[in-house]
Amino acid sequence: MEEKRLVYMDHAATTYVKPEVLEAMLPYFTENFGNPSSIYTFARKSKRAIEDARDKVAKALNANTDEIFFTGGGSEADNWAIKGVALANREKGNHIITTKIEHHAVLHTCEYLEKRGFEVTYLDVDENGVVDLEQLKNAITDKTILISIMFANNEIGTIQPIAEIGKIARERGVLFHTDAVQAVGHIKIDVKEMNIDLLSLAAHKFYGPKGVGALYIRKGVKIDNLIHGGGQERRRRAGTENLPGIVGLGKAIELATQDIEGHNAKLITLRDRLLNGIMDKIPHTKLNGHPVHRLPGNINVSFRFIEGESLLLLLDQFGIAASTGSACSSGSLDPSHVLLAIGLPHEIAHGSLRLSLGDKNTEEDVDYVLSVLPNIVQRLRDMSPLYEDFLKGEK
Amino acid sequence: MEYSEKVQQHFLNPRNVGEIPNADGIGEVGNPQCGDIMKIYLKIDNDVITDVKFKTFGCGAAIASSSMATELIKGKTVEEAWHLTNKAVAEALDGLPAVKMHCSVLAEEAIHKAINDYRVKKGLEPWEDKFSQGGHDHHHHEHEIE
Repeated sequence: MEEKRLVYMDHAATTYVKPEVLEAMLPYFTENFGNPSSIYTFARKSKRAIEDARDKVAKALNANTDEIFFTGGGSEADNWAIKGVALANREKGNHIITTKIEHHAVLHTCEYLEKRGFEVTYLDVDENGVVDLEQLKNAITDKTILISIMFANNEIGTIQPIAEIGKIARERGVLFHTDAVQAVGHIKIDVKEMNIDLLSLAAHKFYGPKGVGALYIRKGVKIDNLIHGGGQERRRRAGTENLPGIVGLGKAIELATQDIEGHNAKLITLRDRLLNGIMDKIPHTKLNGHPVHRLPGNINVSFRFIEGESLLLLLDQFGIAASTGSACSSGSLDPSHVLLAIGLPHEIAHGSLRLSLGDKNTEEDVDYVLSVLPNIVQRLRDMSPLYEDFLKGEK
Repeated sequence: MEYSEKVQQHFLNPRNVGEIPNADGIGEVGNPQCGDIMKIYLKIDNDVITDVKFKTFGCGAAIASSSMATELIKGKTVEEAWHLTNKAVAEALDGLPAVKMHCSVLAEEAIHKAINDYRVKKGLEPWEDKFSQGGHDHHHHEHEIE
């Protein structure tokens, strides 16, 4: 076995917490721990810290401070946006439009609403994972109350034409929610310019802590509460605030949005070096997702004749952490709904690998992966009856 | 979902990988759509399995099951190999996660297919196979098969 390094290339799953973020959070565990809902000095410090974080999130999105509501993460924000709008606008209509490649936090929420009398249109995407705007326009009816389309896909990295979708939604008087969990901190977002009415984000995707997120709700949007109880978050989301988490989210979003272009330039250079190396060294490989309009750190490839979980296990032996859209890693038997939606046959979707790079990855990491991955793919192909059949067919 | 040490060992160092040219029996089961294909080659002398090899397209559990199953039938008579159950394969691997039990079923099924291929080639009646009854689909085996 070659020298073992530790290479983390699964930043789309989660990121580490930056030291500056952790440092900002620590006093709110130990010294400034007051419940923000109380009235004494301890509490006022906590309250100020939350409002400071809210300012930072608003600034990052070009939103107003009172349009930001903290949640327990991205999934909660998605649930709140979709269920909240659906229930509050029931008299206006019962139709929701989304896509086939959304995160399960959106898809399962839509399925839940379907069982309760709502109708949902699941838009197709093209082979690169991009929504067809004409299909979107045609899907809107006078019963449509919400369009929910993700900003960037968590598996294949494709970025949607969000400003155009926002324009269509605004012109037709339909609310537009975007699950921007993968996009915030990686793509410049302006909710006003893009006509976004609701936007979900999660801190742990941009070097903040897990278990905290936010929902942007444009002023004037009619939405029901999801979590009932006390009067926190201006009576919109009950529950004692995750004070250190919110402080961490604020710091993380501030850092992540300071210099998105500069950060991306480095990531894109590394990503292209890795992608070009993979395509050069490993035959029968396909890039999934849009070749240009994709997240700067995302690579998603399918290797024919092999299965993704085996690939991940072998990569792990070499200290490389990655992800797959293959069924076997998830407990379900179907490969990723995203890979199927972009038209990959099952057998090719099973052999997919997602490498998502982050700000600690180096050229040495990339070269290490390139020194290990081709041998692993070949090892699995040598064991695969599909490859054997392919070779016999070639002879 | 965690694999036992045994599963990991067999996945990382699978025994009996490869093909047998002019095998006496070959069994291939599964399909690429499901993400699992297992192919087993048998060399049989005097009713004893003298060599066995496999090729598998699939997850860690599928590869480990193939490796363990081939180990368990090597040197056994054809009849003894026929009676190897998926449960025995899983137990020999110190267990498989519930969602991966179908991988051990695949191994049992591939062995049965290879044995019947051998029998047919020898002009014998194939043995009655529970997998051939009612359009079996290994992915529907959510429960253990005895």
